[in-house]
Amino acid sequence: MQRSFFARNPSVLIFIALLAVFTLTVTVMSEAMGMGVLSTSFIKTLGKTLCLCLIAIAMDLVWGYCGILSLGHFAFFGLGGYMIGMWLMYERTKGIVLGSLENAPLPPTPEEVRDAIGTQIFGVVGGAEIPMIWFFADSLAAQLALVVLVPGALALIFGWLAFRSRVTGVYLSILTQAMTLALSLYLFQNDSGLRGNNGLSGLQNIPGLSGMSQAWVSLWFLWASALALGLGYLMAAWVVSGKFGSVIRGIRDDEARVRFLGYNVEGYKLFVFTVTAIIAAVAGALYYPQAGIINPAEIAPIASIYLAVWVAIGGRGRLYGAVIGAAFVSLLSSWFTGGGAPDVNLGFYRIQWTDWWLVLLGLSFVAVTLFAPKGMGGLFDYLVRKPMPDRPGADLGPDQGSRREVEQ
Amino acid sequence: MSTLLEVSGVSVSFDGFKAINNLSFQIADAELRAIIGPNGAGKTTFMDIVTGKTRPNEGRVIWGDKSVSLLKMSESQIARAGVGRKFQRPTVFEDQTVRENLAMALRNDRSPWAVLFYKKTTDGAARIEALADEINLTAQLTRKAGELSHGQKQWLEIGMLLAQDPKLLLVDEPAAGMTPAERDHTTDILKEAAKTRAVVVVEHDMDFVEKLNCKVTVLHEGSVLAEGSLAHVTANKDVIDVYLGR
Repeated sequence: MQRSFFARNPSVLIFIALLAVFTLTVTVMSEAMGMGVLSTSFIKTLGKTLCLCLIAIAMDLVWGYCGILSLGHFAFFGLGGYMIGMWLMYERTKGIVLGSLENAPLPPTPEEVRDAIGTQIFGVVGGAEIPMIWFFADSLAAQLALVVLVPGALALIFGWLAFRSRVTGVYLSILTQAMTLALSLYLFQNDSGLRGNNGLSGLQNIPGLSGMSQAWVSLWFLWASALALGLGYLMAAWVVSGKFGSVIRGIRDDEARVRFLGYNVEGYKLFVFTVTAIIAAVAGALYYPQAGIINPAEIAPIASIYLAVWVAIGGRGRLYGAVIGAAFVSLLSSWFTGGGAPDVNLGFYRIQWTDWWLVLLGLSFVAVTLFAPKGMGGLFDYLVRKPMPDRPGADLGPDQGSRREVEQ
Repeated sequence: MSTLLEVSGVSVSFDGFKAINNLSFQIADAELRAIIGPNGAGKTTFMDIVTGKTRPNEGRVIWGDKSVSLLKMSESQIARAGVGRKFQRPTVFEDQTVRENLAMALRNDRSPWAVLFYKKTTDGAARIEALADEINLTAQLTRKAGELSHGQKQWLEIGMLLAQDPKLLLVDEPAAGMTPAERDHTTDILKEAAKTRAVVVVEHDMDFVEKLNCKVTVLHEGSVLAEGSLAHVTANKDVIDVYLGR
């Protein structure tokens, strides 16, 4: 009676196939595989882009489907990065410290090692003590758990407070932005325990893999990011295709009506907000080892606003729209700001894209909002969706699609 | 017949204006009741109080056999306890199909986890087909609710109410904007529903109320002015003065 999940959602299979082809192509053309058409730094850019696509899916779930315009999801992304960054930095420093103490006449005590690590990591902010929040930094498993737990708990507490008081619409957006700003300002402080504005660095060096070249590390992270994106897309598509999707779209369109149907709207919002925060955190944990450095500026409110712009330009309310928007706009953005775009000489003025790119992005955001609210993903409607004749009832003629007995 | 809903001594004021003034109202568990009254009489506010949207300043709202107070419950808890509400303007989820609209309303576990792992059942499908038949929308099941005509949307909303399987239906102006034939069908649906549950209809249109052929409560300035059969209340001098005489 029921068609399978993939038959009902053909875009999922198409997406996963395209993602697989993309990953394979990039792999073959990578330096690690010997062909070297794509540089290692470009592969890192592509891998990072995949992570941005994953957080765009989270944003689409929470905004495009559930109608909560969160301007704080990059905070969860950044927190995820910080959590994995703590392990990367601690372990790597530990390796260096142990190496330098190897030739000491007496074998170092654990305290000496800890002190040396503390001086190495926190000397830059004038400290030597390892703060309490680094308690688990020695354990990969614990920090991986914290990638999920810390942003998840923050989203849960924040969401519970906000949704319980029935804060909606633009007020909720402002609240989420305030949360992001507060978190970023807190992390900027030297005594926050996360090295203030220096952030965590050297994250591209994976402890225990010192023998592996960056070309291979970048490739492994590309694969991991592609896998996470594929699984994230699959999960999101499954969530929105069922009755749950029906309910959250109902909440987006008419919250009060859903409430009078007996659904606990606040509970659903909290659920979606928290789950998407966790997806964002996982994306961040994959992103920052590829970026190599994380600092509080990454969490600044503007990042979360960019995220909303990507999803709006790509087309919210459809998962592939969010992915297209994030990939297209972020790659274009690095092309423009990286000096890839040639300057335009108007005679009286020279347009330098590094300065003018943001203006162009802002204008396209306004244009998309006004003239193409479906975004770039909406283009697929012209390609794919032929207007189907809506003819219920049994066929009157011999062919499919002929007139039916109940003509509306 | 036992009392399903008992509202007693309820008052509510907005910025000093008393929208509901010491209102008392009762309905039994299988009864059809019409509420009429001029604009501003407090009909919609009354529904808001029963469904938990507005909290009264004083008074009691007692529900069901166990006599629980509805005043401490949230809107969604009240809806799950068995109070269904149809709004004045048809509110259906226009972006979703008729079937999805009905499926969302079907009486099922409503917690996020249960809904996330919800599997379609043949029982549920059969129930949706039966409801669609009752509200004349069988042919429209796969269409988006936004494409329906105004009258069909009204029916869909009534269908969603029935899908919830509530003990009490609060229906606000169900016949607004309907053709005479559509009105007759709506009357039938409501009468049928009232055989097994309590139905309260708020209506302006006297002809429609007459067709319902039930007990009538007249509201005026937030309290009950008269109650009884339509013939009885229309003969009441106060009612003629404040409502019918205008």
